[in-house]
Amino acid sequence: MIIAAQDILHPQTALQNVLAGLVCTLDPATQGIKGLRRLSGGASQETWSFQMDGGQGHHLILRREPAAARSGGSGIGMAAEAQVIKRVIAAGVPAPRIEHELTPDDGIGAGFVMARIDGEALPHRILRDEAYAPARAKFAHQAGEILARIHQTDPTGLPIPAQSPREVLDDLADRHGAFGAARPVFSLALRWLAENAPEPRTPKLVHGDFRMGNLMLGPEGIRGVLDWELAHIGDPLADMGWLCMESWRFGNAEPVGGLGRREDLFAGYEAAGGDPVDPATVRWWEILSALRWGVIIEEMAAWVREGTDTSVERHVIARRASETEAILLLHLMEGVA
Amino acid sequence: MQDQPSPDAILVAVVAWLRGTAADALPAHARFEAKVAAGAIELVRRQIGAEPSESDEARMLSALVDDAGGLAASTKRLCAQIDSGEADLSTPGLSDLLVETTLNKIDIDQPEFSAAARLRTLAQRRRGMP
Repeated sequence: MIIAAQDILHPQTALQNVLAGLVCTLDPATQGIKGLRRLSGGASQETWSFQMDGGQGHHLILRREPAAARSGGSGIGMAAEAQVIKRVIAAGVPAPRIEHELTPDDGIGAGFVMARIDGEALPHRILRDEAYAPARAKFAHQAGEILARIHQTDPTGLPIPAQSPREVLDDLADRHGAFGAARPVFSLALRWLAENAPEPRTPKLVHGDFRMGNLMLGPEGIRGVLDWELAHIGDPLADMGWLCMESWRFGNAEPVGGLGRREDLFAGYEAAGGDPVDPATVRWWEILSALRWGVIIEEMAAWVREGTDTSVERHVIARRASETEAILLLHLMEGVA
Repeated sequence: MQDQPSPDAILVAVVAWLRGTAADALPAHARFEAKVAAGAIELVRRQIGAEPSESDEARMLSALVDDAGGLAASTKRLCAQIDSGEADLSTPGLSDLLVETTLNKIDIDQPEFSAAARLRTLAQRRRGMP
């Protein structure tokens, strides 16, 4: 990717000018944009928030790929992500509408502009604020309903990879070997997962990162599913295991995002037309998910080592592999949490 | 001999400044980062203050694998034994080693993490405490 001199000197000014021109094509009554700011989060993509100045005054989000490549697993690319989002919206999944896909002529890299869904995505607020009590009460059931709709979406022709459970596991082993340290707990987990791998089931569209933090909620419930960059074709129960993984419970005891019971998740899924759920397979994916988060942490530690991300936050996250070792060791020695 | 205040006391003062003065004065994202930085210093304080645990780890490891080359080399040898199926949780001494070393790590990295408490309970039970 070529970076123009003005992008290096005044990256935000350059972005501001391009987006101002862009919103005028979306709504000729606008006079540009206001409130452009970089949002926190998003280790692998840049996310910016801004608003149309005048016209319909819509709040918009820009997602674009970072300039520098980094070690480790990567997403499907911005163009594929936009296609997935359009497809799932047509299938009735709540997700942010794509307003514009960036072209080389736009000059601000690869990415897209989408509608902003109002609400809260920060796990600690959703898990603790009084206002979200109604959303919490039905979270597990509603998450099941939405997952059923995602998994029923026809993925024909989408430019995304397909992975069987065995291929997902092999990929994790390779990435751990390439970027991680020797960890006896990870070695034991890899063997347990290999010995207990589920039979391949009918492949479906899988979100790939369906968890607290990527779900936009209002007090009444889930309003939108964000961050489709890890969408792929595979075992649909992978999404349930990832959602239930202990790191995404943020200190709460309940397994489904820290908010609900697995039985309610499965009931919501089956009520919305999802195939009958095999709890043992979901459990297998939950264990794999702890290992997956551990390997992602190892990759982030590699960014710190290589100097591609030297932020304090990345240094701290690089020390979180021990949380996944604790989860995995408890599972291997004691079973269900 | 170095003068007082101690390294720990200096770090405590930096944490208080980051969480108070700095966080209050900064815009939203930088405020979040200041709190992350305070957490990072807390982690370093715990590591500086911890009893050296690596000698225990080396002793337990040497009962399982050849200890030439130090801790990292021994750990690699142990992983190779697990990968090949030669060692598993039924291997005498392995589960004790993993419980103790994992607990030592998480007690510094994230002592408040939910699984840390369950691991502590498991370790106590294995040591024969109530």
